[in-house]
Amino acid sequence: MKQRPSPYPYWFVLPAAVVFVTLFLVPTVASFWFSMTRWDLFTAEFIGWDNYRQFFKEPFLVQGLVNTLIYAFVTSATKSVLGLLLAVLLTSGILWQGFLRSVVFFPVLVSTIGVGITFQALMHPTKGVINLALSWVGIDGPSWLSDPGLALYSVAFIDLWKGVGLATLIYIAGLAAISPDYYEAARIDGATRIQQFWRVTLPLVRPATVTVITLSLIGGLRSFDIIWATTRGGPGFSSDVLASVIYKQYQAGFYGLATAGNVILFLLIAIIILPLTWWFSSREVDL
Amino acid sequence: MTRNSLSVRQRNTGLIATAAAAVIFITPFLYIFFMAMKTKKEAALFLFSWPREWHFWSNLTEVIMARNYMLLLAYMNSTLITVGAVTLLILFGAMVGYILQRRPSGWNRLIYAGVLVGLMVPPAVVPTIWVLQGLHLFKTLQGMVLIQVAYGLAFSVLLYRSFIATIPRDLDEAAIIDGAKPLQIFVKVILPLLRPVTVTLIVVQSIAIFNDFTNPLYYLPGKENVTVQLTLFNFQSQFQSQFNLLFMNILLVTIPPLIVFVFFNRQIVAGMTAGAVKG
Amino acid sequence: MRHYPSAALLAAFALSAGFAHAETVLSVTTDGNAETVAAMEALTAAYTAAHPDITFEIENRPGGADGDNLVKTRLATGEAGDILQYNSGSLFQALKPVDTLVDLSDIQGSVIDSFKSVVTAPDGTIRGVPFGPAMGGGIYYNKKIYAELGLSVPKTWAEFMANNERIKAAGKVAVAQTYGDTWSSQLFVLADFYNVQAAVPTFAADYTANKAKYATTPAAMAGFQHLEDVYKAGYLNEDFGVAKFDDGVRMVATGEAAHYPMLTFALGNIKQNFPENLEDVGFFAQPGDDPARNGLTVWMPAGLYIPAASTHVAEAKDFLAFVASVEGCNIMIGANGATGPYLIKGCELPKDVPGAVADMMPYFQADGMTAPALEFLSPIKGPALEQITVEVGSGIRPAAEAAALYDQDVEKQAKQLGLPNW
Repeated sequence: MKQRPSPYPYWFVLPAAVVFVTLFLVPTVASFWFSMTRWDLFTAEFIGWDNYRQFFKEPFLVQGLVNTLIYAFVTSATKSVLGLLLAVLLTSGILWQGFLRSVVFFPVLVSTIGVGITFQALMHPTKGVINLALSWVGIDGPSWLSDPGLALYSVAFIDLWKGVGLATLIYIAGLAAISPDYYEAARIDGATRIQQFWRVTLPLVRPATVTVITLSLIGGLRSFDIIWATTRGGPGFSSDVLASVIYKQYQAGFYGLATAGNVILFLLIAIIILPLTWWFSSREVDL
Repeated sequence: MTRNSLSVRQRNTGLIATAAAAVIFITPFLYIFFMAMKTKKEAALFLFSWPREWHFWSNLTEVIMARNYMLLLAYMNSTLITVGAVTLLILFGAMVGYILQRRPSGWNRLIYAGVLVGLMVPPAVVPTIWVLQGLHLFKTLQGMVLIQVAYGLAFSVLLYRSFIATIPRDLDEAAIIDGAKPLQIFVKVILPLLRPVTVTLIVVQSIAIFNDFTNPLYYLPGKENVTVQLTLFNFQSQFQSQFNLLFMNILLVTIPPLIVFVFFNRQIVAGMTAGAVKG
Repeated sequence: MRHYPSAALLAAFALSAGFAHAETVLSVTTDGNAETVAAMEALTAAYTAAHPDITFEIENRPGGADGDNLVKTRLATGEAGDILQYNSGSLFQALKPVDTLVDLSDIQGSVIDSFKSVVTAPDGTIRGVPFGPAMGGGIYYNKKIYAELGLSVPKTWAEFMANNERIKAAGKVAVAQTYGDTWSSQLFVLADFYNVQAAVPTFAADYTANKAKYATTPAAMAGFQHLEDVYKAGYLNEDFGVAKFDDGVRMVATGEAAHYPMLTFALGNIKQNFPENLEDVGFFAQPGDDPARNGLTVWMPAGLYIPAASTHVAEAKDFLAFVASVEGCNIMIGANGATGPYLIKGCELPKDVPGAVADMMPYFQADGMTAPALEFLSPIKGPALEQITVEVGSGIRPAAEAAALYDQDVEKQAKQLGLPNW
């Protein structure tokens, strides 16, 4: 019997695959080779694993690594928790709901450079609005972006401000997909609003949670734009993350070293994300 | 629960939430807005204050006319890139997500691995430029569009895949029994149902691409290829201590994403309700 | 060179077709500094007036390390246009000039030798012409504050610190620092090189040969120590961590602060933004330990280069020869005023220079009163210096530790350049 062609033909993948392979995969694979060379863009001398050894010897690698993990954890945790709370609030039929949804999403619209310039002004230690407001209640505000102990968290806050709207949007989509019947049933069983949240909302919004956590965690681990637009990893090296350490190697002309750093960053992300994805998808089957 | 009868509790929560949102989310925008209206001297004080004199028109015209109307050219380039890239991203992303979800097989793992790699691996700039040069796409808007497609695909595929999972297979099967061809099923049955997630993707991707700075900096050099974020970057050095103009520029480059959002905002809400009905 | 607005719009709509001019268009890439842009616009306008068939397209690149990266990427991919403005000295060497830039040895007739040496490729050919004046690295001071407190220009670091103490006691900011622009934090270290060389004349050679280190050479360590000292003594402006170069210039010009360590090119900025304060600022070389040996560390101007991939080498070369002539030099002086000596033979500065320039000129006129900054004597400059100096200047890391850390940073650069002994 002749097999009928599948209604899901593989050529559907073809256009995307061509673009992706030529413009992303091929250069990436090429760069893996360059990570084994001392490369100044003009000549590449093969030096084996030296770049990897050198990268692990970077004085700020450990701090950058710790900062990367802190930053990724803080931003993804706050985005998923606050995003969900905001989404619940903004689907509960409160006053000016539509307007508030827009307001929460507005920061997503502003470019990173714009956000960087704005928050540098708002967080200025002596002239910034934040510290002026604090001074009205008698608090002498710190220098948010140039205090070595604070800078990383200040940037994480800016990231949260800019990114929570997207998390909220994904959650709102997830919440909208939950059938009202479940809430009806819960109410009949006499569940309070808080119980409804824990027993109905949280389990059923899981796909959205998975998306938000995965995306914001990967985004957090790779994060570079906002850090570069606000502190450039400073003061000194105190808000450096892996991506900014790599970028600085690149800027300094250590192209081989920078590509080796990229490979290491990729491995780090893979080590964290892949088990998480498997764990999420194995739970998906159980449902 | 009807729209007209908000409970006291809902109204109060609304008021408190509005107040909190106003402080946290709106203050920075008001700040940008006020700064953009001020004189150079007043803006240099960085205060969050009502402008003493409104210089809307003079600031606006000065920013627009700077460097031979560079901003207008930039608007056009950025719009072309964004529209082109988002269209392809929607089409390609939905096609891949569809196959990925509907046809589990060994290939599937490979595709999924590609998606993860695309999400996780930072792009390699110099080899990419070599490829673009080889294809004669370097320094062209078309090349930039394809770069944005390559970099944004993973996200689109991921989103479509999870959304297509909520569309019952019965629908495809009914169409197959009716003798529809694969492309017909996809275009006529699946694509319309993907509307909510498509709207979300249009909003998210067009904002990301319109606001992109680093990629055009590398892949699209040349004065005639300027994009809006590059104008902001250029003006940052040019308007050294003219913060009123710098903030006016921020304001102006934020308007197109705002229009996209306002335009699609209702559709997002509508799309979501449609999603809810499907359950 | 000015298009009419309608021309710009037309060009916008004819985008994919590109510019279809009959004449030659030379594309020029420069940094975005106001002085650079003004000088380049004046030069290109004058050249086009004399050669109507040659027009220019000026593109601004980011400054600092972002710009370094972009320039290297474009050179490596053959997309750097026809004329490139970029640093001389160690940064120039990092461009691999033999492979990427055109030999300009035959248009050096009017160029002073000291500049030629900082744009000479390893094969002995000269690949650039000077763009702008030489600069001094030292300390700007506010003359009004000095007069008010009866202070005199310090000849030693101890005198400088004593001045600071009196300024602080008077309730004023003694030293403005602007670590929001990280590069500006390096001044106390880099501008101390005259003093380093005075104490250890062989430092530059030994340092390149991996024989001398910052951490083990007390004279070289001093710059790091100075940074730590001014921080610890509480002499800095409150917002030193986020303030920018522009703020530093404003502070010293308007008397918000008494001192600002900076290169003399900042004078152009003062002239543009605070013309009424131009004569309130003076300038002195960074003092060392010995009042008898008080000289100035000098920075060579940036160069103009022609990328090897340019398709208009002959035209570009003719323009650069024009820049490197007395006429070109006078056009630059006309655009930006005189902020330092130009490295063109026969190009005289006008008599009525601003006070800070007048303060600087004697160093150039006497023998042995200037020394080039280390980056013009050695190809090695560690990429993390500006972060390290921010750390020292903000009290995050002690000077000794920072110097050792910088020595480690430098090693990577030396290896990348493939220098012997590393």
